[in-house]
Amino acid sequence: MGRDMEFDFSDDQKQLKDQARRFLEAKSSPKAVRAILEGPEPYDKALWQGLAEMGFMGTAIPEEYGGLGATYLELCVIAEELGRAVAPVPFASSIFLAAEFLLAAGSEEQKQAYLPKLASGEIIGCFALAEGVGAATPKRIQADVAGGKLSGTKLPVLDGDVADFAIVAAKTGAGNDARSISLFIVDLKSANVKRETVETIDPTRSQAKITFSGAAAELLGAEGDGWNIIERVLDHAAVLTAFEQLGGADRALEMARDYALDRMAFGRPIGSFQAVKHMLADMYVSATLARSNCYYGAWALSTGSSELPEAAATARVSATQAYQHCAKNNIQVHGGMGFTWQFDCHLYYRRSNLLALTLGSLSTWEDKLIARLRAKNAA
Amino acid sequence: MNFDDTPQEAAFRQEVRSWIAANAPKQYETGLKTSGFGHTALEGVDIIKVSKEWQKKKFDAGWACLHWPKEYGGRGATPIERVIWQQEEGVYAALSSLFIIGHGMCGPTMMAYASEEHKRKYLPLLAAGEHIWCQLFSETAGGSDLAGLRTKAERDGDDWVVNGQKIWTSGAQHSDYGILITRTDPTVPKHKGLTMFFLDMKSPGIEIRPIKQVNGQSGFNEVYFTDVRIPDSQRLGKVGDGWNVSLTTLMNERLSIGAGMPTGFPELLDFCCSLETDNGPAIDNPAVRSKLASYAVRTSGLKYTAFRSISALSKGETPGPENSIGKLVAGPTMQEIAMFALDLQAEAGALLSPEQAAASARFQAMLLRSPATRVEGGTDEILRNIIAERVLGLPADIRVDKAVPFNQIPTSGR
Repeated sequence: MGRDMEFDFSDDQKQLKDQARRFLEAKSSPKAVRAILEGPEPYDKALWQGLAEMGFMGTAIPEEYGGLGATYLELCVIAEELGRAVAPVPFASSIFLAAEFLLAAGSEEQKQAYLPKLASGEIIGCFALAEGVGAATPKRIQADVAGGKLSGTKLPVLDGDVADFAIVAAKTGAGNDARSISLFIVDLKSANVKRETVETIDPTRSQAKITFSGAAAELLGAEGDGWNIIERVLDHAAVLTAFEQLGGADRALEMARDYALDRMAFGRPIGSFQAVKHMLADMYVSATLARSNCYYGAWALSTGSSELPEAAATARVSATQAYQHCAKNNIQVHGGMGFTWQFDCHLYYRRSNLLALTLGSLSTWEDKLIARLRAKNAA
Repeated sequence: MNFDDTPQEAAFRQEVRSWIAANAPKQYETGLKTSGFGHTALEGVDIIKVSKEWQKKKFDAGWACLHWPKEYGGRGATPIERVIWQQEEGVYAALSSLFIIGHGMCGPTMMAYASEEHKRKYLPLLAAGEHIWCQLFSETAGGSDLAGLRTKAERDGDDWVVNGQKIWTSGAQHSDYGILITRTDPTVPKHKGLTMFFLDMKSPGIEIRPIKQVNGQSGFNEVYFTDVRIPDSQRLGKVGDGWNVSLTTLMNERLSIGAGMPTGFPELLDFCCSLETDNGPAIDNPAVRSKLASYAVRTSGLKYTAFRSISALSKGETPGPENSIGKLVAGPTMQEIAMFALDLQAEAGALLSPEQAAASARFQAMLLRSPATRVEGGTDEILRNIIAERVLGLPADIRVDKAVPFNQIPTSGR
């Protein structure tokens, strides 16, 4: 290719994005999202099936494991559209996390066993790390594995109630440091696994409390290497999730803009008042900075750059800020109507605040970003 | 997504790099690197002389005003070649600040509206740095509301006679020429009665008074006009069309000021790594890290937004009003960074002498300079209006004076 400063997605990637948008506008409409919010189903099975038929799950999974073997850039544009549509499916858990863990650390046999089924949407994977309140650190992880049996409780686990298997972080060694943590693949339908759906701020993405009482656990990656693998995979997931957040931020901004154009007060559209215009301009600024930082993350992820840790944290922090900013001010622009169940603003408000916490919260990523910049500065 | 040059661009970059390596005034490299934000590390150097010499050297070798046509002193370079030059010029670009207004705003306006004879006469001298130009737009009665300006020009034979006052004119005290917007008809609505000229700043009747700024420096001036005569041949655009002419200038102003603006983040990161506290370096403090992270992503966001604009440029697209975010983000961020750096210094944050203050007082200099960044070249509020109206498509402000003859607009709020 060799085009100068091609700091953008290609025409083919933009076409894929349009295709994903059209599909999701039809299949993940606000009405469809509300059906999950208000109904008994934990996720939209028809949408999941449709995404599988489009081949979206297998986008960045290599062909030898049943995927399409495209690049992460294609997966980034799909992530953005999923975020825009607040899609009520376990895509991120299954593809940004479970599949990435297997690609990063799985044995050939494990990859063959799981990746084709993840790529086809036949099975769903998730990642179980947190154990209650506070940032998940090696010190806080109490779940442990002895003799191939896992015991402990994970709370909350995103999509843990709908997944077929989980990648679980557990203690295998003595001590509290990173080297005491290993990763395991655990069949969630097996005996000695008890799971219950928990109430959360965003019911359109289901979460579970999972209790393991001597459940069979298969080592993923080397023993004692779990925390290293987590750090690497979370950088991948952070870039992809940042695109999901970006899609949501843009849509929240558009909703606010459209309402400001339509809604009249004092004989004028409220979008003609500077207080409202400036709020929207600031939302645009946040979303634009986040987009540029996400492109930096996408570049680093797709080229395997050594800058990925810095780029991933940058994209993650920026996109988290932008989505929360746009989603909360979208409600503000809508005034009282924005606080009603009937208007869609809360779908974005909920999702923005959920995504700000998955993969580790904003403060955790701020901390990582500065640690990484500091290391670079010292080098 | 890639940052690679095409073979032609790589060759061009190599040519630029070699020429700069062989010709740049390296004795000032360190000083220029540690200067900025109203802080100068080049004490005792005649910066105007050094700037003019570097500009002339670039001009003689064909590296001045790269994107201008050759016949007017430029190189006829592509937008991407101009970007490559800027990237390679690095710290020496600071020596161009004297010419920013002339090259970035006056030149393009002259190119669009001056006669061919005038373009050939004045533009090469401007490109060569032999002439410095200024922009005479703002007035006490017309800042953000530029079209509210009152300096009047009246026709007298082949000349116009100008009376009035301009303010916030950067570099007027060093300038040889300027572009000037005046009111030529006060009986029509304010945007319709304006006319643009260029003039010799040494003309009789011009008086320049430097403005003492918050930071003690005097980059801006007041310029008074008393019966200053300008030949009609120096009119830019039609009589009464000055507003449209000024839009050309302002569009260029936003492009040249907004690109790649610094925020002070790398300096703050360095400072937080080196500042010792009871609990180790300041950067170990979670509250410090959280603030740094916010400044980091804004700075990075600006950098990659500029990359996206460059990418658009390379495809032949014109960067639009979305470029307004550069200054809107950089200005307030620099101010916040300055205040935060002083907070970390505690009581000693008040010290201003480079010998006593931390980091050679660069954050104090930043504190005292940053308010101007949020006002000059379009206030934060004007930039938000531009984004809201021209990017997001929100309705324009209701302007109660728009259809009223200028001389009937009220001049006092009470």
